[in-house]
Amino acid sequence: MKLRLADIAHARSGDKADRADIGLFAWDEAGYRVLAELLTPERVAAHFAHLTGSAEGSSVKRYTLPHLLALKFVLEGALSGGAAHSLRSDNLGKTIAAQLLRMPLELPEETARTLLQGARAAIEVF
Amino acid sequence: MKTVRVASGLGFYGDSWEPVKAAIERGGAQYVCSDHLAELTLAILRKDMAREPAAGFTRDLVPMLMSLWPLAQPRGVKFVLNAGGLNPQGARDALVAAFQAKGWHARIAVVTGDALLPRLDELQAAGQTLAHLDTGADIASVRERLVFANAYLGAAPIAQALAEGADIVLTGRVADAALFLAPLVHELGWSLQASGPEGLDKLAQGLAVGHLLECSGQGAGGNFGSAGAWARVPDLTHIGYPIAEVGEDGSALITKAPDTGGRISFHTLRQQLLYEVHDPRAYFSPDVVLDMGELRLLDEGADRVRLVGARGHARPETLKLVAGYEDGWMAQAVVGFCWPDALAKAEAVVASVKQQLKERRVPARELCVEHLGLDTFLGPHADRSQADELNELWLRMAVRCDDKRVAEAFPRLFPWMALSGPPFMGGFHGVGAPSQLLGLWPALVRRELVESQVTVSLTEV
Repeated sequence: MKLRLADIAHARSGDKADRADIGLFAWDEAGYRVLAELLTPERVAAHFAHLTGSAEGSSVKRYTLPHLLALKFVLEGALSGGAAHSLRSDNLGKTIAAQLLRMPLELPEETARTLLQGARAAIEVF
Repeated sequence: MKTVRVASGLGFYGDSWEPVKAAIERGGAQYVCSDHLAELTLAILRKDMAREPAAGFTRDLVPMLMSLWPLAQPRGVKFVLNAGGLNPQGARDALVAAFQAKGWHARIAVVTGDALLPRLDELQAAGQTLAHLDTGADIASVRERLVFANAYLGAAPIAQALAEGADIVLTGRVADAALFLAPLVHELGWSLQASGPEGLDKLAQGLAVGHLLECSGQGAGGNFGSAGAWARVPDLTHIGYPIAEVGEDGSALITKAPDTGGRISFHTLRQQLLYEVHDPRAYFSPDVVLDMGELRLLDEGADRVRLVGARGHARPETLKLVAGYEDGWMAQAVVGFCWPDALAKAEAVVASVKQQLKERRVPARELCVEHLGLDTFLGPHADRSQADELNELWLRMAVRCDDKRVAEAFPRLFPWMALSGPPFMGGFHGVGAPSQLLGLWPALVRRELVESQVTVSLTEV
């Protein structure tokens, strides 16, 4: 089944000098396991090559936080020199998390259903 | 067990203090800690100060305290604010004048010593290279263009000011979370010199609390990055900024004032916990290095989350310094086109502007082209399937130049197109003054070289 990351996760991004910094959050443990497996640094680097100028995995640092059901990605050189230096409308990189949530995913039918249900249940009570 | 309640003030220069009223009036706040200085803000204050030497602090300070002090004073609520920016004494003077005019009384402390621009030669003579933290580049390459250089101070001088009886502490650059850690240290008798795991873990809990609270509403469900779920956060219009109740043993509960909007939960808090921290296993601050690897956020009922498991490691021997240097000028223009062929017409304008820049030999170092409303934020991940049938499109072009006058000339490349360019141009924005661009220069400096010059001074109004 085809999904978007936004269907099964939430995210926030910000800046630190010329680095974009993204927190990605699963809605439940099953979601976290899938995200941790699929969202390799290489895959995220390819997704953001237009910002970092490199599709190499080394342009992205990934950190895992299983107790928080979270992954963190730090994109080197992604902000056109940083907030006070950038020409972009979004000079602070606040919308970069949304770009990540656009990522298309192809998941086995059953996995996808489980994760969508988990997300729906978590959102109901959050 | 003794506990203390610290409340979130502003999260940036320009933020609202309306929600702070609820924290004071019915949230049990004992301290309001207010972060006015994003990484970029000193650059803005520097521009202010260039126009007016008495400026250089965030101008929201006085109106904010004019509004909040009458609520805070009878309840004994104290303030810690980094609103001093580049001019903490100027901030103090402005506040003193405003309090005097009202006949109000307060003890106002000022922390100075973070501003290092006048001391760079001395620091280099003392063996500090001030090389760029990420690239290792020599600071000589930007030395003549530096406009500020400030170290991130820790909690110690703020805690000292509180111990000396300050009601309001004004600082320049300090680590954001130190604004919150300081009252915890002061009230709960923690040691900033802690070296054992027990003491360090308490400081780490305090730092995590500070980080959760330093961005005001972002710690209470504001800017909740999600598809759909954001709309379930109740009543953002009346959001309650987060409040932490912290115990002597480091236990911490995050909550907010009753009858306010927003949401404090596992989901909203972890977005803030990881916000802009870079390596969550080693989040550096001047007072402790926080490891979030075992940290847990446990829902304890509506809008109550327990924070446990922050681990602390010994503070670094260096402080971080961030300097800003002048790096050219930005000019921009925005033009709107209506259907038909909105995108094609915008692209024709881009081609024309590029041609004009070339023919006039304009020394533009960089050109930024954005299709506002189409793909500015999502870039190549935007859906462009309707791009040929857009109802309308705003084109934004921005340019980077070394010379201010070149930047000023850039928007003049556009207006003629209203009569002589593609049809149905519906608006033109962009004859404003160009803005100066600044590069940021992070570096490390040995802490004793800075801390030996930090001063705390108390004024009674």
